[in-house]
This record gives sequence, C-alpha cells and structure tokens, in this order.
Amino acid sequence: MKDLLVTKEVTKKFGEFTALNKVSINVPKHSIFGLLGPNGAGKTTLIRIINQITMPDRGEVYLDGNKLKPEDVHNIGYLPEERGLYKNMKVGEQAIYLAMLKGMSKKDAKANLKYWFEKFGIESWWSKKIQELSKGQAQKVQFIITVMHKPKLLIFDEVFSGLDPINANLIRDEILQLRENGTTIIFSTHRMESVEELCDHIALLNHSNKILEGNLNEIKREFKNNTFEVGLHVANKVALENEIKEKFDVSVASFRSLEDDLKLNIQLEKNDTSSELIQYLSSKAQVNHFVEIIPNASDIFIQAVKNNS
Amino acid sequence: MDKLKLIIRREFNAKVRNKSFIIMTLLAPFLMVGLMFVIVYLGKANDSKQKTIAYVDLANLLKDNKFEDSESVKYEDLTKVGIENAKKQTDNENYYGLLIIPKKDSLELLANNIQFFSQKTPNMEMVNILEKKIENNLRTKKLQYLGVNVERINSARIKSEIKLSNFSGEKSSKFINKIKIGFGFFAGYMIMMFIIVYGTSVMRSVIEEKTSRIIEVIISSVKPFQLMMGKIIGNAFAGLTQFAIWGVLIVILLFIGSMIFGIDMSEMQANSSVTSNQMEMVKEMTTENNLQMLMREVWSLPWTTMLVSFVLFFLCGYLLYSGLYAAIGAAVDSETDTQQFMMPVMLPLMLGIYVGFVTVMNDPHGLVATIFSFIPFTSPIVMLMRIPFGVPLWQIALSLGLLIATFLFIVFMAAKIYRVGILMYGKKPSYKELYKWLRYKG
Repeated sequence: MKDLLVTKEVTKKFGEFTALNKVSINVPKHSIFGLLGPNGAGKTTLIRIINQITMPDRGEVYLDGNKLKPEDVHNIGYLPEERGLYKNMKVGEQAIYLAMLKGMSKKDAKANLKYWFEKFGIESWWSKKIQELSKGQAQKVQFIITVMHKPKLLIFDEVFSGLDPINANLIRDEILQLRENGTTIIFSTHRMESVEELCDHIALLNHSNKILEGNLNEIKREFKNNTFEVGLHVANKVALENEIKEKFDVSVASFRSLEDDLKLNIQLEKNDTSSELIQYLSSKAQVNHFVEIIPNASDIFIQAVKNNS
Repeated sequence: MDKLKLIIRREFNAKVRNKSFIIMTLLAPFLMVGLMFVIVYLGKANDSKQKTIAYVDLANLLKDNKFEDSESVKYEDLTKVGIENAKKQTDNENYYGLLIIPKKDSLELLANNIQFFSQKTPNMEMVNILEKKIENNLRTKKLQYLGVNVERINSARIKSEIKLSNFSGEKSSKFINKIKIGFGFFAGYMIMMFIIVYGTSVMRSVIEEKTSRIIEVIISSVKPFQLMMGKIIGNAFAGLTQFAIWGVLIVILLFIGSMIFGIDMSEMQANSSVTSNQMEMVKEMTTENNLQMLMREVWSLPWTTMLVSFVLFFLCGYLLYSGLYAAIGAAVDSETDTQQFMMPVMLPLMLGIYVGFVTVMNDPHGLVATIFSFIPFTSPIVMLMRIPFGVPLWQIALSLGLLIATFLFIVFMAAKIYRVGILMYGKKPSYKELYKWLRYKG
C-alpha cells in the first residue's frame, strides 16, 4: 500500500450547492501533500470529511487501505484554519485533555507534552492560561496539541498564518522532521512559497472539482513551455532584439543583473533544444544569463485555474 | 464512554473553578440568610411600637362590647373630653388615629357616618378590624331593636366541618391538602429555578467553543452528541454541588445567626411564610385536638415515592431543558443571538406551573392534569404536583420514560444542529434555516 489516504469520488452537497463533486485524491505515505485551490473551492469541506466532522453524500475515504471508521480520529491530527483553545484553561491541563480525547493515556500525554515543551523551550507556560499568551505563542501550543498524539496523518490548514518568520521557520522545520519520522502530512494553504518549499505532491481544487493532481516535479515538467530567460551584453540592443524577435517568440524579461543587458524571455518550439538557442545567442552577443523558466507553484495554480474556467 | 467522562470532568472543573461561581456559591447563603434576618428585624421593629387609637363614642355604641387592647394596639376612650379636645390630644400625644362615632337618629345613618382621623394613611388591616368590630356592634344593636334575643342567635350558630376520608378509611383534612399542594409548588419552583440558572450555563458553555474557535479541534476528536451530553451532565453536577453547599451553609448560618441574635426560628417562619389564614387553620386544628391526626396524615403521605420521584423528575426535567438550551447554543454564534429562541423554552415551563396551579388544585386526577403530567415539557412540574395525591406507579413510570426519551432525542437534535452549525459561520439562523439543518445528512 503506497497511499496512506485515498478518497474515491467524494461528493458533498449543502442543499442546492455542490461543495465537492466526485473528488478523488491519493496521498502517498510519508509525503507532504499540498491541497490547493482558490477560496471556496471545497478544500475545507474535503478536510472535514477526512476528519469525519461531516459525512460525504457519496464516495468513500480509505485510511491505510481500510474504510475510514470512527476510531480513526485517533490516527489523525488536525490543525484547522479557524483555531483556538479554551481561554480559561491552563496550557498543560488543556493539552493533556485534548490528547486524551484523541485516545492517549494520561501518562503518555504528560510525557509527550513534556518532550515538546522542552523542545520548544516553553516549560514555563505549563500552568499559564491561554489568555495570558500572545497569539503567536498560542499558535505554538496549538501546533504541539495537534502533533503530540503521534498521528499517522497530519492535516494543517494554513499552519503559518499569524506566525512571525522565526516561528514560521521553526514550525516548518518541525513539519519536515515529522515527515522524516514517517508521518504523512496534508498541507492546505494559499501561500505558494511554502508549497514550493515543502510539498512533494499537490492536488488542486477549483469550483468543487479536482483539476490537477500529482508529483510536484512532474507537474512542473508538464507545465513548463520551453521558455528561457536570457541576458545578453551587446552594443546595439534594439537591433539584436528585433533580429531575435523575427526568429523566436519573445517577451520582455525582468531580473536583476549587474550589467545593462538586453533581458528577454525566449520561447522555443516544442522540438527545439536549449543548446541550439545558446549557440545562436553566443554567436550574436555575450551571454551573461541563461536560465530555463520552470513554472513555480503559483504559476501552475494561476494557469490551471485559468484553463479550468 | 471514556471520552464522555473526560468531557464531564472538564466541564465540571471549568464551571466550579470559575471565580464568579466560587464567589456566588459562598456569598449567596450569606445574602439569603442576611436578608431573612433583616426581614425579621424589620418586622419586629415595625410591630414593637404599640399604637394608640383614640375613640369618641357619642352614640354609646361600644358600651357593651368594648375594644380590647392587643399587643400592637391600645385603645383610649376620649368620649368624655369631647370631639375637639380629643382631636387636640390625639395630635399632641401622637396617637395613631382618632375614631369618631357620632350620635345619629338611626343605626343605618350612624353606620355611614363614622369617621377615622389620622395623620398618615391608616393601615388597611387596622381599619378592617375597626370596621368589623363596629359592624358587629351595630348588628347586635339592630337585633335588639327588632326584639330578637341576641343570646339565642349566638347559641344557634353552629360550626360544621366535613371530615374527608378515602375508602380505606383513612381520614384526611383540608389542611393536609395544603401540605400536598405546597410540596408540589415547592418542587415546581425548584425545578424552574434550577433550569433557568444552570440551563443558561449549559448554553454559554456550548457557545464558548465557538467564540474560542476550539470547536473544530474538539469536534474532530469527539462526536457532538458526546460533547453535548458531557456539557449537560457536567453542568448538572456543578449545579448540584452548588445547591448542596448552599443548603448546608444556609442551615449552618441560620443556626449561628439565631444563636447570636437570639431570634426564634419558629417565629421567623411564622413571619415569612405562613399567612394569617393558614395560622388560623392551624389554630383551629390544634384547638380541636386534631394535631395528632394531622401528624399521622403527614406521615402517611407517600414520602418515599415523593422524594424518589422528586429527585428523578428534577434531574430529568433539568436534563430535558438543558438539552433545549444546548440546542440554542448550538444554533447561534454568540449570546446576543439567543434572544429569539429563549421564549419558546420558557413558555412550556411557565405553562407547567400555571396548569399545575389551576388544574391540580381543582382536581389532581382530572383529564387536563393527567395529560399535562405526561407531556414531557410540563410533566416534571405537573407530575410532581400530582404525586402527593397518589398517582399509580405505571403513570409515573410512563411519564418518566417519555421524559427520558424526549431528552435523548433533543440532545441528538442539538448535536445535529451543532455539527451543521459549524459549517455556517456567521450565518444567523432562523427557524426555517434550523429545519433545513436538521435535514442535512451528517
């Protein structure tokens, strides 16, 4: 079994509105799986179905090869986008309570919590109330609560929102560490740079449908269109630009360079190779900059949504 | 089941560790007992001054039957000094008032010309006493005028009391009925008070998860039904704890208070709860040597059934209504949105009390009383009012069964509303919307 979580044609309607339309995703084991999509695409609904907060109208969800059952909440850790903790409860007490609701024994919960508090250096928060912590501090506590019962599957919805860069990095490193230790992670976000940084696989939802899914690198390969970003050092920039324009599909590029170069994006035909282009360009000018443009997650996101609608 | 226990414990702890809860638990008995002492003291202070009422009896109406001085009133005959001097003296001596009975030609004319002067508006009770006395004397005079022998009339006055008994031969009195009704109303009001205070706190606790936004974390670990159940039971325990502490503290404080201030407890009770009417009743009973019978009757009441069913109906009634409060909490995002749903919850509660008052008092086993003692929303109150009059066991069991079933159903509905409610952040629910929510699957 290579996939930890599989949804099969999951459909969910709220009255007349279809929130999810036959959505099937496969989340490979030990991967960080990016669940992407514009606002209102159905991401949160899908996550809630995986968490058994709501039931699908049609379709099935499998965890580790078996149909999802009520006890599986113990195997899932969920950090929702709308999150919070009991304000009047002490941090330690609250964390232990929530871990016990996830099926842990009191002893294990205490030990795990101690481990995480030491790791983050926040032992002094144990008997503080949540309302005495800042928002960012509460977020850290919430992260610990999400992961402390050692679930097989972690679901993070906008995990970095409200965190400063230092804490965001801390959490990012922990997420990578968790994957190293064998946890599978579903990661839902709008922040494309964190998708670049973390995700191995992505699925893209738009208007209740899945429009794209797969390994991020493969998707990138699919979406790249043989375009190169070049910087040319030449005396007569206008003449060269016109000459190149006649042979290739060209647009103006912008990147930072030390020299006053001619900066262009050059798109090749499908069968042309980069070596031919380099040969041609170096015969005309000094090539200071030559990079293949690989679409980033953000480009893919925008492109796919545009194609879909 | 383990999760339910966890939730109950958390809800209980969250409630009893709350500062305002602790303060209320400790402070309320002091306030209540303090208030009682204040009332008693005020009553005493009010009564301690013996009022003096002067009268000028020009018609010689009171010749044979004079006013009798009592603890609170002293009468002063000023007939000899004349009206003007009497007025002056009343004013100077700061008497309570002056009664003037003028001389008139006929008794009818006299009856309408008696006057009472006072600086302040007189106490109505006092005026009533005076009126009664005068009426009596006028009647005697009239009878004498008509040539009737007053003594004979007096001796012809016969008092009759119908003795009530059931077919097993046990005698009962009207007074015992008052005790039965008293028990019913005490139970009814206790339930209502408990429901209003602790039902609201269940509702608040349900809303808390939404305002603190922990709802999705919780609900991805436990079922909403468990959560609702845990909250209702946890709050019930907290409430019972508070009630128990209040009970113990009040008894202790009353004891200490009466030791220190030397107030007689029985006096306090007579002042605060028993009306003069009832006092008369009791007097009557005791004077006719019926006290023993009364005690026997009180003991022969179905106390075991009454107490056991009080506990059961009290708990189940509370559970049912806090289920409703939980449903309200589940439907809204904040406490300010709860208003429109409050009325329908209070209505059946009040209906229970009023139906109990009117029908059970008239006919404890009548059709209306019986029906309302089965309807789950009114049964905790109406059934408890009926039980002292003897209700067949199967009726109690059926009523209780219906109550529990309805309670479970309501918690189930509340859980459903809760589950759907989280998907609808910020949308103010109407009744139509709620109906739609209930029909959503999962």
